[in-house]
Amino acid sequence: MEYFLQQLINGVALGSIYGLIAIGYTMVYGIIGMINFAHGDIFMVGTFVALIVFMGLMTIGLAWVPLALLIVLIVSMFVTAAYGWTVERLAYRPLRGSFRLAPLITAIGMSIVLQNYVQVTQGARNRPLQPVITGGFKFFEDSNFVVNLSNMQILIIVTTVVLMIAFSLLIAKTSLGRAQRACEQDRKMASLLGINVDRTISLTFVMGAALASVAGFMYLLYYGVIDFYIGFVVGIKAFTAAVLGGIGSLPGAMLGGLIIGLIETFWSAYFTIEYKDVAAFSMLALVLIFLPSGLLGRTEVEKV
Amino acid sequence: MSEPLLKIEGVETYYGKIIALRGVDIYVNKGEIVTLIGANGAGKSTLMMTICGTPQARAGRIVFDGVDITRMPTHEIMRSSIAQSPEGRRIFARMTVMENLQMGAGIAPPEHFDDNLKRVYDLFPVLKERHAQRGGTLSGGEQQMLAIGRALMGEPKLLLLDEPSLGIAPILVRQIFEAIRELNVSQGLTVFLVEQNAFHALRLAHRGYVMVNGNITLTGSGEELLGNEEVRAAYLEGGA
Repeated sequence: MEYFLQQLINGVALGSIYGLIAIGYTMVYGIIGMINFAHGDIFMVGTFVALIVFMGLMTIGLAWVPLALLIVLIVSMFVTAAYGWTVERLAYRPLRGSFRLAPLITAIGMSIVLQNYVQVTQGARNRPLQPVITGGFKFFEDSNFVVNLSNMQILIIVTTVVLMIAFSLLIAKTSLGRAQRACEQDRKMASLLGINVDRTISLTFVMGAALASVAGFMYLLYYGVIDFYIGFVVGIKAFTAAVLGGIGSLPGAMLGGLIIGLIETFWSAYFTIEYKDVAAFSMLALVLIFLPSGLLGRTEVEKV
Repeated sequence: MSEPLLKIEGVETYYGKIIALRGVDIYVNKGEIVTLIGANGAGKSTLMMTICGTPQARAGRIVFDGVDITRMPTHEIMRSSIAQSPEGRRIFARMTVMENLQMGAGIAPPEHFDDNLKRVYDLFPVLKERHAQRGGTLSGGEQQMLAIGRALMGEPKLLLLDEPSLGIAPILVRQIFEAIRELNVSQGLTVFLVEQNAFHALRLAHRGYVMVNGNITLTGSGEELLGNEEVRAAYLEGGA
């Protein structure tokens, strides 16, 4: 039971990271109907930006950790968002109105470009970071097992919950969110109402990248080691989460992230760690067989 | 006579290599209701969309309120105070009635929102009753009212209405046409109306144009066109 509880905590923390990345996939799919395969690499860029900014702050001697982390988070959100914006501007916007496969292919291209760019500029080796946030509290303790809730896990879960609430409100209540939903449903009509559709799409990429950078920041602090290739596997997992939850659905992305995180963690804990990816992807296959539009996705019904 | 509010000169529009409009000349004066009638596929909706810059005219000129809008992007054209209630209504089905109306208000000054909302609710009380309901759950006629209401929320100088009578009950058609006339009389709203329902449209409009195959073939006052033999034969006999 204690062991289960511990795994549950670990799974929720991991799932939060997947969920934040999955939102970027799901929003971009919602608005322009393409899978942005470079999104995982945007996440990876986010981890590197966070690492570089953090190292920079350490060298100039900013020692108070909470302030340093806040600066790292904000800077990396802005820088990563700029990457997201640039990718859309350079690689996707010129292909708007082209055949459906074209942006998909450039997305894979951008993914390779970003990986190689980071590999060349940052080197191919692992980049470690000493644990920054340590400690935690014993959630539960008996004679032979201690359930730990680390401060890092608290940070991840709280940050994710806060961001999710803020983000849901942004989409549901503000005129920007309305414009975004309108573009999702009928881009031409949105433009007929004075909405700058290209700008709205750009902002979607910017928001997705900013959320991915938060995930990257937490990933860096949680695992303490990154390399130029992590975007691939984490990205595919987050994509799986988005599809599992129902691509196009924001709560679905979060739910899918949690489920993938939990499956992975529990599978590693109770069965074999080598097969955790198989377990996660099998779940996806099962859901798609029985619920083709995902857990919270809507089945497309055209009313004529 | 001062400059017309909307002036379309020699406009040609293509879909790829296929020509849809072959040099159209139309003008709409401030405070007028002008209607464009024609058969299916004549190019009426294409003209509506060309005014809004999607697709853009390949030749000719469109001047609105003294500004050449021919090459402007769609959202800027609309922000210069044109609103369209398009063919097929194009309601945002997964947004509430209220949200649809809010979307329409984007081109009007924000401080006018409450007044405009009241105006639309007075015109179509059913929208008020259903303000929290999703657009997609409305009936066809209600959706049409929502599409027009959404356009009116933008407080436009020019209202473009594409087939407001399409697929809705005759009693609602009358109600909607009555509302258009009311807006024109009481607020001086300028309306450019595309219709297949020629009889109602010509009775409502000050002037009308007839479009055949991407060309304007006839023009005159609403009454003149109603009395015209060709128009009667082609668009009115057996209809109305």
